[in-house]
Amino acid sequence: MGIEKLSFLPPTAVKKAAGQPVALGDSPRRVFSKVEPDWTWKDYWGEIKCRVSSFRMRYTVNPGLYAVGEPDEASDVFVTANYKLSFDILRRELRGLNAWIIVLDTKGINVWCAAGKGTFGTNELINRIKETNLHNVVTRRRIIIPQLGAVGVNARIVQQRTGFRVYFGPAHAKDISAYIRAGYIKTPEMRLVRFNMLDRLVLTPMEINPAMKKFPLFGLIVLILFGIQPSGILFKDAWEGGLPFLILGLMSVFIGAFITPLLLPFIPFRSFAVKGWLTGVIAVFALMKGIELSYYKSLLPLAAAYIFFPFASSYIALQFTGSTTFTSMSGVKKELKIGVPVYLTATALSLLILIIYKLSQWGII
Amino acid sequence: MVYMKYIADVVTLEFFQEKCTGCGKCVEVCPHGVFLLQDKKVFITDRDRCMECGACANNCEFGAINVNSGVGCAAAIINGMITGGPPSCDCGVESGSNCCG
Repeated sequence: MGIEKLSFLPPTAVKKAAGQPVALGDSPRRVFSKVEPDWTWKDYWGEIKCRVSSFRMRYTVNPGLYAVGEPDEASDVFVTANYKLSFDILRRELRGLNAWIIVLDTKGINVWCAAGKGTFGTNELINRIKETNLHNVVTRRRIIIPQLGAVGVNARIVQQRTGFRVYFGPAHAKDISAYIRAGYIKTPEMRLVRFNMLDRLVLTPMEINPAMKKFPLFGLIVLILFGIQPSGILFKDAWEGGLPFLILGLMSVFIGAFITPLLLPFIPFRSFAVKGWLTGVIAVFALMKGIELSYYKSLLPLAAAYIFFPFASSYIALQFTGSTTFTSMSGVKKELKIGVPVYLTATALSLLILIIYKLSQWGII
Repeated sequence: MVYMKYIADVVTLEFFQEKCTGCGKCVEVCPHGVFLLQDKKVFITDRDRCMECGACANNCEFGAINVNSGVGCAAAIINGMITGGPPSCDCGVESGSNCCG
C-alpha cells in the first residue's frame, strides 16, 4: 500500500542484520523477555480489576522487546502499548505464532488513547526501534502497528528514520491471524471499530464509579436542604424529606451511567445529552408514581425533582462520550455549548424552588 | 449490528480531491470507513461517521486531508474549558483521572 520505496536512507537507519538465530542471552545486543500467549488466572483477575477500578492506571508492563513462541530473524514484529491489558490481549492473539512484540512507553495507557495523546507516537516508536536494536533482531524491515495507533504514528517518518516500513494491522488484535493468513491485507471489516452491546456493557463500571464518587456530596446537600430549620438541623426532616431525592439521585446515576450507554443505539436522537435526558424523564415519571403527592404536601419539591433529575442523568450520559468509539470532538463541544448553560440553569432553578419550599414551610413566605 | 452515528454536520473533516493521489492510506487507517477508494480516487462516503481522530490526516503524505482532531470526550472538553487549555482528560499515573484504561 501507498509508500514507494525511498531512494535514500539516513545513515542511522539500516545496519546489516546479523541474521543469526536468536535465543535468550544470544547476544548482549538483543535483550528481550519471553512471554507465553496463555493467560493465567492473575491476568484474568487483572483485567477485571482494570474494568472496574483505578487499578487500570497501575497495570503496566516494561517497555521493550518481547518474544512470543520461538521467533527468529524472519519473524513478524508487533507493536503495542505498555498498558498490561493491551499487551495481554496482543500476546493472547499471537498464540501459535512466533513473533516479536515491541512495547512502547505509553505511560500505562491503551493504544488508542495514547495515540491521541501522542505517547503512542512516531518519536516513541523510532526511539524504541533503535533502543531494542531491532535492526539486529530481524532481517525484514516490516513492523506491524495496531491500526488505531495511526492517530499517533506517521508511517512515512518512521520509515525515513528507521528503515522500517509501518504496516497498519487490523483495528482489533483478534483479527491478526486472519490478517497474516491473507498476506498482510485487511478486509474492510478489519478496519472498522464496532461498539456493540457487550463493548458498551464492559465500559459501564467506569461510568458508574466516578458518578458514585460525587454521590456523597449530593446526598449531604440534599439532607441539609431538607433538614435545615431556623433552629438547626432536624435529622427526622432531613431523612424523610431527603429520601425520595436520594433515591432519584441513585436512579440518575443508574440511568445515565448504565441504562443509556447500554441501550445507546435504541434511544432516539444522536445527542448523548438528549438520550440521557429522555431516559431520565421516563425514569423520573416511573419513580414518581411511587411518591404520592401527599408525601410532601406541596408541589414544589416534586417540581424541583422533575426539573433536576432528568438533567442529572443527561449530564452523566454525556460523560459516556469519553468511552465511545465514534463521538467527535466537534460534536461533544456542540453538546456542551448548549448543555452546560442548560444544566446550570436547571440546577439553579430546582435549588431556587426548594428554597422557596423551605421558606414557605418556615412560614416566611 | 446498528452502526451508530454521532451528531450530524459538525465535523471539521476537509478533503481536497485535487491533492489526492489515490494511495489509499486514509482508507487503511480510518476506523469508521469514511473514505472509499474507487478507480484510484478517494471519495468520502459519510462525513458524519468521522470521529475526528486524525489518523487519516496524520498519514496523508499529500496534505489532501485536514481535520481538527481531538478527543470526543465530555470530561476532557470540560477540563479544557476550565483550564483554558486544549481538551485533555488528564489521564495518567500522576493524576487522579483514570478514564483511559
